[in-house]
Amino acid sequence: MEGGPLLRIENLVLGLKGRSYPLVGPVSLAVDRGEIFGLVGESGCGKSLTGLACLGLFPPAVTPLSGRVLIGGDDLLALSENERRFFRGRRVALVFQEPLSALNPVLTVGHQVEEVLRLHRGLSGTAAREETLRLFSEVGLPDPETRLRNYPHELSGGMRQRVMIAMALAGNPDLLVADEPTTALDVTVQAQILALLLELRKRRGLAVLFISHDLTVIREVADRVAVMYAGEIVELAPRESLFAHPSHPYTRALLEAFPRLGVRQLRALPGQVPPPGHWPAGCRFAPRCPEKVPACEKEHPAMKALSAEHAVRCLRR
Amino acid sequence: MKVLELKGVSKSYRLRRFWGRGAELTVLREIDLTLHRNEVLGLVGESGCGKSTLARLALALERPDRGEMRFLGEPFWELPGRRRKSLRPGLQAVFQDPAASLNPRHKIEALITEPLRLQGVPRTEARERAAEMCRLVGLPEEVLSCFPHQLSGGQRQRVALARALIPEPAVVVLDEPTSALDVSVQAQILNLLVDLQKRFGMSYLFISHDLPVVLYLSHRVAVMYLGEIVELGPREVFFSGPLHPYTEALLAAIPGEGRSVKPLRGDPPSLLRRPPGCVFHPRCPEAGALCHREKPPLREISPGHLVACHKR
Repeated sequence: MEGGPLLRIENLVLGLKGRSYPLVGPVSLAVDRGEIFGLVGESGCGKSLTGLACLGLFPPAVTPLSGRVLIGGDDLLALSENERRFFRGRRVALVFQEPLSALNPVLTVGHQVEEVLRLHRGLSGTAAREETLRLFSEVGLPDPETRLRNYPHELSGGMRQRVMIAMALAGNPDLLVADEPTTALDVTVQAQILALLLELRKRRGLAVLFISHDLTVIREVADRVAVMYAGEIVELAPRESLFAHPSHPYTRALLEAFPRLGVRQLRALPGQVPPPGHWPAGCRFAPRCPEKVPACEKEHPAMKALSAEHAVRCLRR
Repeated sequence: MKVLELKGVSKSYRLRRFWGRGAELTVLREIDLTLHRNEVLGLVGESGCGKSTLARLALALERPDRGEMRFLGEPFWELPGRRRKSLRPGLQAVFQDPAASLNPRHKIEALITEPLRLQGVPRTEARERAAEMCRLVGLPEEVLSCFPHQLSGGQRQRVALARALIPEPAVVVLDEPTSALDVSVQAQILNLLVDLQKRFGMSYLFISHDLPVVLYLSHRVAVMYLGEIVELGPREVFFSGPLHPYTEALLAAIPGEGRSVKPLRGDPPSLLRRPPGCVFHPRCPEAGALCHREKPPLREISPGHLVACHKR
């Protein structure tokens, strides 16, 4: 278990129950200890389903068709629901986009964190209260004593997200799956939460699978980045390498479509992402690609290594 | 020429309580804002700063408590009802979520031609103009017989835009028009907005929480904090400065620009607990004694560039 990656997803394919076509995949990626791994893509590309699969969670209509999700050495998909439950919270924890809908509105936030401590670490009474206070100060909640007795609606969006992070940390996980954790927040608050995640990584050696549609946020925090398009990873690279030499035409298009300071002309990508079941047989990006050649429509490209750590799924590279 | 003017506009709401009347919530305080012909004026601020309330006042959906709203040189709320009604087609809006602003039971043709039918334009002519409008906003003509749920988010926002433009408005208020869209679609819509504005010469009031988006589109930008305008200037000043400390914090918080600035402390305060003195002083790294006491006026520090700060 030591030395290998913390999380390894191998050829994961997810599908809808009763349909023959895949919804996501095949996806392969690995997250190391203490690493912030950015997973970026537009809505419907499969990034959130991939994130949920890391906890062995699937929405009711979704089912894994093939592949493995390895935490340490254990394949989550081969385990029973009861065995999977052991991993959730203790090995892998989840932070959602919208803390207001993830928190119970009729219980105090202190109670909700204590509940997690009771479930995962068997703490109760004073021990649970003290550990909650410690977690609240660790995530930078001001005045933790008062916060214990607050209900979610009494907190600001930024404070609620800090509570969610405290709750996720309560089981001492090695990996945090953060699905758009700052998308619902104001920019100044977003900057605070990103700084907090970086600090937690440094202090606890926490690994984060950071899922976002926003390349600029990913650029701020991630060590390595995977870009997803139509259910598969099209480019995988360390942050510096990806932003200095974006190699897949889709990655380039995403970067050029983002309004950055001082940019006078945005280059918009024509067309739309093909929905699952309508993926082209060749390269899934070919219909929108400015660089496509006839071969792109026939052959589905494999990931090709450009350097030791930079890989891209494009026939023309 | 000034098409829309807000002069010393304030707006408060009374909170409802179970027993009796609740506290008064001042959402906008003495706002002065002018929109010129052919201009894109950006309005940026974080949630709860009052930018959407300002949009409602600019659209004449709400009447200000104090101050004046002038549209095409006329004091809108002083005019007789009939005249007000005849001016309204000149003020149009596009909102954030096109799925919520388009009636799901109406076909796209009915949605786009509704403003024309209200004006009594005959059906065949309205249909022709709708088809023309579709072409302008980049929609195939076939969508006219579709329902909103059959279209993608980007296409729905194009429909909302077509509907706003068909009465040939003088002012279009765009309230977070691309916030619900994916990045590549957002770029399509932003470029379309720029093209249409150049082509028709109407004015935009472009409202967003996203400073890079606002700076991309706007000629001038106003920064709001807690119901007040703290800075107003041509877009160029936002790249050169000097700027209000809040604007600096907003710029520094933009991710991915490679700057490592300490994030601003705290959250924006509630409108119910508006700080005395400068509204920004509890979070301001430069606040001094004067900032705690006295509200800084919006002063012109260079031509066309106004800042409300004691330290600038």
